[in-house]
Amino acid sequence: MAEPKTKYDRQLRIWGEQGQTALEKSSICLLNCGPTGSETLKNLVLGGVGSITVVDGSKVELGDLGNNFMVDESSVGQSKAKTVCAFLQELNDAVKAKFIEEYPEALIESNPSFFAQFTLVVATQLVEDKMMKLDKICRDANVMLIFARSYGLTGFVRISVKEHAVIESKPDHFLDDLRLNNPWPELKRFAETFDLDTADPIVHKHTPYVIILIKLAEEWARNHGGVLPSTREEKKEFKDLIKAKMIASDEENYKEAMEASFKVFAAQGISPSLQQIINDSCAEVNSLSSDFWVLVAALKEFIANEGGGEAPLEGSIPDMTSSTELYVNLQKKRSTKAEADFLVMEQRVRKILKKIGRDPDSISKATIKTFCRNARKLKVCRYSLMEDEYNSPVQLELQKYLTDEDYSTAVGFYILLRAVDRFAANYNSFPGQFDGEMDEEISRLKTTAVSLLADLGCNGSNLTEDLINEMCRYGAAELHAVAAIIGGIASQEVIKLITRQFVPMSGTFIFSGIDHKSQLLLF
Amino acid sequence: MAVSQPSRSRDLDKLLLRPGHLVGPNFEPGPELRDDIKEYVKVLVVGAGGLGCELLKDLALTGFKYLDVIDMDRIEVTNLNRQFLFRLEDVGKPKAEVAAKRVMERVNGVNITPHFCRIEDKPLDFYSDFSIIVLGLDSVEARSYINAVACGFLEYDSEDNPREETVKPMVDGGTEGFKGHARIIVPGTTPCFECTIWLFPPQVKFPLCTLAETPRTAAHCIEYAHLIKWNEVHGSRSFDPDNPEDMQWVYSEAVKRAELFGIPGVTYSFTQGVVKNIIPAIASTNAIISAACALETLKIVSGCSKTLSNYLTYNGVEGLHTKVTEFVRDKDCLVCGPGVLIELDKSVTLKKFIDQLEDHPRLLLSRVSVTHRGKNLYMQAPPVLEEMTRSNLDLPLFELMGGVAKDVIHVNGMAGKGDKKQSCLRKLRVVFRGVDGIADIDMAGGA
Repeated sequence: MAEPKTKYDRQLRIWGEQGQTALEKSSICLLNCGPTGSETLKNLVLGGVGSITVVDGSKVELGDLGNNFMVDESSVGQSKAKTVCAFLQELNDAVKAKFIEEYPEALIESNPSFFAQFTLVVATQLVEDKMMKLDKICRDANVMLIFARSYGLTGFVRISVKEHAVIESKPDHFLDDLRLNNPWPELKRFAETFDLDTADPIVHKHTPYVIILIKLAEEWARNHGGVLPSTREEKKEFKDLIKAKMIASDEENYKEAMEASFKVFAAQGISPSLQQIINDSCAEVNSLSSDFWVLVAALKEFIANEGGGEAPLEGSIPDMTSSTELYVNLQKKRSTKAEADFLVMEQRVRKILKKIGRDPDSISKATIKTFCRNARKLKVCRYSLMEDEYNSPVQLELQKYLTDEDYSTAVGFYILLRAVDRFAANYNSFPGQFDGEMDEEISRLKTTAVSLLADLGCNGSNLTEDLINEMCRYGAAELHAVAAIIGGIASQEVIKLITRQFVPMSGTFIFSGIDHKSQLLLF
Repeated sequence: MAVSQPSRSRDLDKLLLRPGHLVGPNFEPGPELRDDIKEYVKVLVVGAGGLGCELLKDLALTGFKYLDVIDMDRIEVTNLNRQFLFRLEDVGKPKAEVAAKRVMERVNGVNITPHFCRIEDKPLDFYSDFSIIVLGLDSVEARSYINAVACGFLEYDSEDNPREETVKPMVDGGTEGFKGHARIIVPGTTPCFECTIWLFPPQVKFPLCTLAETPRTAAHCIEYAHLIKWNEVHGSRSFDPDNPEDMQWVYSEAVKRAELFGIPGVTYSFTQGVVKNIIPAIASTNAIISAACALETLKIVSGCSKTLSNYLTYNGVEGLHTKVTEFVRDKDCLVCGPGVLIELDKSVTLKKFIDQLEDHPRLLLSRVSVTHRGKNLYMQAPPVLEEMTRSNLDLPLFELMGGVAKDVIHVNGMAGKGDKKQSCLRKLRVVFRGVDGIADIDMAGGA
């Protein structure tokens, strides 16, 4: 057996050892193992989740051979859960794979406590009323839940978790924490040791742009009553000021300073989204608060006190043209400050823990350090209960989507995906599921969809005949390619939820396989 | 209502047998369509890696029966977190062969022919045989090459409209971490890969003086050991990234240098990442992108729905963002346009013609091989072909092309200057002066 580390190398570069450990500790339950469910689990088994439990009561039929890679000719007539489970196990022997030959719909009714044992439940191809019941069960048991459904050329993915807090959100693009217009005292003193008008060309071209910008911002403020450039003309003037300091055309550091000049104009202090998090009522902690909110409470105090309006300093800086010595020196100044900020944060965390009656050492140094490094990038995601979304009036948003051209197909599919479940509840089959009178099915689906919209307080006239017709044509088909897309998306979201890294999707993702103009609908 | 007979195409039939309103212009639903796709459509999958494995599975379960797959790589342990057709015991075997075998074992009736070779090793005829080409690649160069091959088949009529029977559509996918793209390329109609080459910016390289004189980051120390120190110590023996001893040597040299300068962050894993330019990859993103490509392949072939127009991006890093962008063609594109127009005297020899291409300001082609209508006029390699075609060099090109007034020829060579050369395929329109029929060529459209 090769070292597992090598096998997972390409993903360890994304979520690291910690993320991988979280995956390996997780237990995932899959409801219904058609292609949507099988594809979701395939991606998770490959990634190395701890265990999977496949729940499906059906037998493999001939039709399943045409859309599911996790069944084969010899398994026709056998338990689908058993077959899929065995083929999934082949992909990764480090995963514990189990199956339960039972219909999820029956399990939801008969044994709701069953779901409490899992980290996360992936519920595929369930109809509306079963989704709502399962949603409540998982919410009460504090189990993460994700719904996925493929239907013809459409489908959806939706997360249901009360609260998901992310420390390591790892955004692709984020403004570096340079403090150009707000240097802390040591950095300021360090910058003062430089002379931008030095006669030594080697020193001149190796002065890091961070120093250039700090000095010029200060010079500007001195000459402009303490205010930094704000108008377009002033910003251009500031750039010209940088350019005027250049003594040779090959000075990369000055070019970098000009490109980064906008960072000088960035607002001081924390971002609105971080402000929202520290203002959240959960930041008023008690003995039941999660570690995350204890850390946020400490952060709030830090910002108001030692931070002087700023979060703890991030340790690292981007590469920039500089001599090795100056760059290493600059980095040391930063890590000293970051370490000092961390120590203050740690003290505050311990104090708060003590105050709420918890062991002051119950949050590790490493966790606090990671939190400090990522303090500016915290994310909190909350998801409404399916029942609240489905039953409470949302007509404002819905009407807005219905009349927005970019959203019309996606919201049309959203309504129709709900309408087909009502249809099935009334007529015991999905519209167009069997060959026969298509015109009658179309007019029945239309009536169902219009009455659904009326229940939601919306006008049905925005729903096009073409889309209703299209939905009947799909006849509840689960196409492999669509299932692989929906299942792929679901598995990607599961990974983000379990590793607690990156930011999971919000709202309901509606897939449009017609032109790929899929949308997230936020209700 | 009639109950359907059990059938393995139960779900796909709904899409292919039933009429719809939101479909392609040539959609003719019915069992014939389903059966014709099986019998007459041949799909080539380029790459049997993360995307390729998914594509073969997806296409096999999307109604296609005849598939080919081409890949020059062998299976490695680091493939196993996503290339789901491979097992630990397959390590070292050719990807194309194992992938084809596994899908055929699972899906009855599908026929997959593997090709364990470089894409450049196949003659152009090989590529012309397919109805559609699906790309699951991780390199810009390979995409560029296949794009040039497919666009090379394209011919234009006298009004500069693409001739439908010469259009070879492509579907291309790519991923990196939680992000990916899927696109459709219909040569002559949508932009080709080369029209939008700016979407793939060249990889940033560190200036050598930074590596040698002012290292600041762990990557600088690693590249110093890899690009400078290695040559100083090992002379002519070149570095082999797949040899663990070589990698270990670079790593320990990088550590020494980092310690010397007080730079943190050099690890063995990071050294591998920098030296091999490793792109992180996960199963879920590959699954999403490949399935989108397979779905578009079905739609292009069958017309059963509208098609992507023409570039889809997927980003799952912060929430979930998908976007469709309609890029436009570059009318002057060297690759998918009508071809660079070259005017020649009838007496110009093949050798002189080849020399001219090196100086041509838009081509700058060296080490050129020339093909006309599938016939090799001159080949640089392999040696046996070079020898066979060498005698053509002193013959007039006009004669070699059968005495026609004008025609399209394909040339293969290295484009660019200095150390920025890369292998490429170009389509040229050759016109001979003073031959009857010259009047109908559309000079205005010459690119």
